[in-house]
Amino acid sequence: MMASSQVNGPARAVHSPAGWGLSLGRLFTGHPIATRAISLGLFFLIWEIAGRVPISYAFPTFLDTLWAFVSMLLDGSLIIAYGSTVQPLIIGIAISAVVGVGLGIVMGLSRKAEWLVAPLFIVLQSAPMAALIPLITFVYGIGLVAKTLAVIMLALPVIVLNGYKAVRNANPSLVAMCHSFQGTRLQQISKIIIPDASPVIFAGLRLGLAAGFIGVILAELLITPTGIGDLITYHRSVANYPEMYAAVVSIILVSTLTLTALEAFEVRVLRPEKKRG
Amino acid sequence: MTLYGYRVPMMASLLVWCVIWELVGQSGLMFLVPPLSSVMMAGIAMVQTGTWQAAALITLHSFAVGMVLAIVVGVTLGVLMGRFKAADELFSIWVNIFVSAPLSALVPVLMILFGMGETTVIVTVFLFAVWIIVLDTRAGIQHVPNSLIEMGRCYGASPFALYGKIVLLAALPEILAGIRLGLVRGVKGVVIGQLLVAIIGYGELFELYSRSFDMENFWALTIILFVAAMLMSAAIEHIEKKVDYYAGVR
Amino acid sequence: MTVPASAIHAVTQVAGDVAVEVRGICKNYGDIEALRLIDLDFPRGKLTTLLGPSGCGKTTLLKIIAGLVEPTSGEVRVNGKTVTGPGPERAFVFQDFALMPWATVMRNVAFGLELKGMGKAERQSIARHYIAEVGLTGFEDKYPHELSGGMRQRVGLARAFAVNAEVLLLDEPFSAVDEQNRRKFQEDLLQLVEKERKTFIFVTHSIEEAVYVSDRIVLLSRRPSRVAQIIEPKIDRTASPDAIRRDQGYLDTVEEIWQGLKHYVD
Repeated sequence: MMASSQVNGPARAVHSPAGWGLSLGRLFTGHPIATRAISLGLFFLIWEIAGRVPISYAFPTFLDTLWAFVSMLLDGSLIIAYGSTVQPLIIGIAISAVVGVGLGIVMGLSRKAEWLVAPLFIVLQSAPMAALIPLITFVYGIGLVAKTLAVIMLALPVIVLNGYKAVRNANPSLVAMCHSFQGTRLQQISKIIIPDASPVIFAGLRLGLAAGFIGVILAELLITPTGIGDLITYHRSVANYPEMYAAVVSIILVSTLTLTALEAFEVRVLRPEKKRG
Repeated sequence: MTLYGYRVPMMASLLVWCVIWELVGQSGLMFLVPPLSSVMMAGIAMVQTGTWQAAALITLHSFAVGMVLAIVVGVTLGVLMGRFKAADELFSIWVNIFVSAPLSALVPVLMILFGMGETTVIVTVFLFAVWIIVLDTRAGIQHVPNSLIEMGRCYGASPFALYGKIVLLAALPEILAGIRLGLVRGVKGVVIGQLLVAIIGYGELFELYSRSFDMENFWALTIILFVAAMLMSAAIEHIEKKVDYYAGVR
Repeated sequence: MTVPASAIHAVTQVAGDVAVEVRGICKNYGDIEALRLIDLDFPRGKLTTLLGPSGCGKTTLLKIIAGLVEPTSGEVRVNGKTVTGPGPERAFVFQDFALMPWATVMRNVAFGLELKGMGKAERQSIARHYIAEVGLTGFEDKYPHELSGGMRQRVGLARAFAVNAEVLLLDEPFSAVDEQNRRKFQEDLLQLVEKERKTFIFVTHSIEEAVYVSDRIVLLSRRPSRVAQIIEPKIDRTASPDAIRRDQGYLDTVEEIWQGLKHYVD
């Protein structure tokens, strides 16, 4: 999603992802707590009113949804569902991370590898990979493997491209510095290029995880009725709308919290120069 | 890469991958991967059918309507957030949540709210595309140098002229970048929406071909979709390059 | 404009010990001829400045001496040995500092030694010495982004000192430092030149800076760059910094160089 701007697009576009990335990190630090609370409260109020009107028979109020959320949390169905959803997500991201970062670094270091592989991933990155998800079912059925594959398919391109772009754009001045102190090629890669690239590589992993969330949900909705996707589908089929909405909101909440935490980590640990204050 | 002193364009390597595809297909090792040549033949036959044309038309229609809405709303909201602190504080938390949230989970909700039809797909496209447009527009507006706005006011620009002739134009590189990223996301949105709704447009055809194991047509559909997405992205990028000269110097 | 003869000695040959010899260096970038047949000697233990209009290829020449850029033809010899790449007898100070943002001042200063494979304790004690030398004691555990521009370049300078190279190559080291810090830094640099007894090759586009810090100034012409003139400012370096800046010889040399360079400016 984001990284394509940095790879196909003009160089300037590099700044925009950093811009929004950082603002997500500031979600819980940048604005005064009061305005955030007002913003959230206002949204829930509008939701509650819209639910009471009601704007649709299938539009529960905020309080009903909250109640459904709490009861699903307490009876354990939400936790079981997440167990089934998170597992392929973690396996898929782990595989994508190892393969993607490795491939990205190789492409960043070697012009030949770049020539051969980069266009493929640029295409995969901007193409709607979701179209291929139904295909997975034929080969791998509806189990864990199929879900994991769906995650990899959506997450891998952005991880590869971020790694590649980070290594390729490693600060030339630092590389020259290392060269001027007679650093070997290996030292140049391990002490300059990879540390310099690591914030962008990590950002790629984060974007990969965001894509992976989309992938696993899509797989659960489309092919394998398990996990949180099944919860959504099931409660919809029996017209338990508050439960259905609660499941949808919960997955958005979980992904947002995870991504925000990762981003806070990224700013704090990997980019000391970007730390505010 | 250079080969024998000639510079081989980067995208040329895609041809290598096409050859690999053809070879894998010819070998018949994976029934999922028919030879590229037969996929091409199937594609040529397919585009002449009325079913495909109708599906393409309805897909394009949903996509176009959703995108126009996303651009209008996205740019407007982005400008508001870029210029007014109150708007920024009110909306930024939601924009930042939705820009990276797994919106595919929302599609079932849209399906019960808007029915199993085109409206759902349009709303999906809109929801996928709009947030990144808002964020990029907002960033662009905030990067407009204050001196440029003060210059406009000194020379007596009306508020309308100030926005139309200075602010929006100065932020154009970022806005276009946002629109390009929005388009890419919109294509994903239209596909995901139609796949989940499964009874209209491309989604219906995907469903049909994958159920009947018609791999040639399935891949032909996919390739047409991929090519369309790439072309669109390239077209916006072309426009972006035209304004890129001032993105750095503002 | 007449200049007192005593102020300027135009010289072409260096008497005595030569640290770096540049012989017939040409550099072309495609059709653009950046450097044409440059012949220069850099005397040992002196600070020689390459001065010229912007875009004249001063930095390119410095990077060729550093072994970071290959000349199209010609060669550079350091202590009589031909340069084929960067070497331990030369250290480079970068215009944009080239500090690793993820590393502390300590690690940045010790980086040249780290690359040589020196043990941690040893390299840190050397680094600590040079951090003190450039006046950054107490900042060892800070990160570059926590320092001002002037302090960052002090880190770059300490890093170059730490590898104990004979020749220090400084590429517009103060251009990204604000004016007041620059003046202070120039004064400190003079003291370090005095103390370290190394050969300095300095690139700048500031005439005042060149005259203030240099033992020799090499004026380069506009592209294709050639050696236009070599000047040895006769300034009493033992005087206080303020006295030097008001010294008639200093002012006359600045004026003379400006008259020489003026016609290059559009």
